[in-house]
Amino acid sequence: MAFLGSGSRVGGARGPAFGFRFFCYAVLSVILMFYDKKGGWLDTARYGLQAAIYPLQLAVNSPSAAWSWVRESFATREALQKEVDGLRAQLREQQLITMRQAALASENATLRALNHSFPDVIEKRLVGEIINAETSTFRQRLLVNRGGQSTVYKSQPVVTGEGVLGQVFRIGPFSSEVILITDSEHMVPVQVVRSGVRTIALGTGDSNSLDLPYVPQNYDVKEGDLLVTSGLGRVFPFGLPVAKVTKVTRDPTQSLAAIQAAPLARMDSGREVLFIWSRPNHPAAPATSEALNIPVTKPAPKPVPKPARKPAPVATPAATPAPTQPAETTAPAPAAPAPAAPATPAPETATPTQPAPAETPGDDGPEAPPPQPDTGGTR
Amino acid sequence: MNLARREPRWSVTFTVLIALIVQVLPLPEWLSAVRPASVAIVVIYWSIYAPHAGGLFAPWMAGLALDVFNFKSDVLAQNALAITLVAYITMTIHQRLRNQTLVQQSLFVFLMLGVNELVLWGISGWIGNSVSTPWRWVQPMVGGMLWPFVALMLGRTHSRN
Repeated sequence: MAFLGSGSRVGGARGPAFGFRFFCYAVLSVILMFYDKKGGWLDTARYGLQAAIYPLQLAVNSPSAAWSWVRESFATREALQKEVDGLRAQLREQQLITMRQAALASENATLRALNHSFPDVIEKRLVGEIINAETSTFRQRLLVNRGGQSTVYKSQPVVTGEGVLGQVFRIGPFSSEVILITDSEHMVPVQVVRSGVRTIALGTGDSNSLDLPYVPQNYDVKEGDLLVTSGLGRVFPFGLPVAKVTKVTRDPTQSLAAIQAAPLARMDSGREVLFIWSRPNHPAAPATSEALNIPVTKPAPKPVPKPARKPAPVATPAATPAPTQPAETTAPAPAAPAPAAPATPAPETATPTQPAPAETPGDDGPEAPPPQPDTGGTR
Repeated sequence: MNLARREPRWSVTFTVLIALIVQVLPLPEWLSAVRPASVAIVVIYWSIYAPHAGGLFAPWMAGLALDVFNFKSDVLAQNALAITLVAYITMTIHQRLRNQTLVQQSLFVFLMLGVNELVLWGISGWIGNSVSTPWRWVQPMVGGMLWPFVALMLGRTHSRN
């Protein structure tokens, strides 16, 4: 900053030239703002600047990192033993849950009249460490120590062991900024596992709550329902757990129910997150814009090296009706209210038997634009 | 003598870096709500006591660094514009400010930090994120109150002429 050389000495705080120079800087700032807002070549510049500033970010993180290192180093044997016991118990639970996974997968394939089951939709994962976090009413963001060098890309889903955390918002070479699903500018398309009702979960700015404002009164949503990503919206693959419904208020004078949900991923604690890559052409992969019939207005610039997306070795079996469509494969929808005419241009999916109410006031309605339409940008 | 009159460029660079770190240091929410704009404060100081050290370029760069560094900023060059404006106003009347006591200066600093917040707020509104809390306007007051101490501390990093 101060290396300006003798040039700066010439114009001190005097003279009309000084005001003119201020004017120049102001215009330059406005131009930068305009192009940054618009997105474009400035993304590349920002990418470079992020690299330059990364050492400072690490420096900022160092006190807390040092503190946790010290705490871990001096952890007592009993505490560690307790942690190990806890993890063992957890592992046992998980093993019980996944024990029948293979059998269930093949059963599912049989039910869907496919010749064989699909591999997991998550093709690749990468662990990142949280460097800095902001969880305020304005913004719920994380800074994570993985970036373009690790082939992280813009609008990539980020999860923890419990559920969906958010998506990549900005990237630098060595770091990326993650916008959490609880950010007030973020929305995530979700589906109720029990009834198949699809809607959108809005961030509230509060780490412990999501808002589901677009569910009509007569739709089947109850307290305790599990919400998973619906696969619409082009960011998240189908079926990742998002939240649990905590409160349903039905006011007869309103046409929509007021529903609150609590995110499953803990936002405030935990220092590690997972970046995931979906297998392209998998039925549960995020819907593409072609499948959703959304005209792409802006080809969202991507200055980042895209992740190596080789065609999956397991390519889609010929039996799949439409490989790129999101599969609403679950959704038995036992008592789902008969939907009015499906309002969505969204594909009525691979399973024609699906009676799930195509309840998507916002799935691609006018008020749903936020993160998804331009590959995860948020306004 | 010539040496003493040289502009304290290294001090400027160093203190601005420190201010950058202070501004984005993760703090508990209640504390970060009242955290004053430390970069702006340091820039005000150097604009008063060493206006020739970096001209307007240094404040602009400091603001830009803050925009990139502070992953919470809405849009690039937001802080750059606000801080450059503050530096410009301060440099224009720095002669008069030098003759004031630190306590008198605090009022000016309070006003400048208010201007800074106002510009940031305005730009955020233009972008479409104009959420605001009353806390936002407490920060300049805290900054003004801290000014005498900050100025004394920064005064030790260079020799006044």
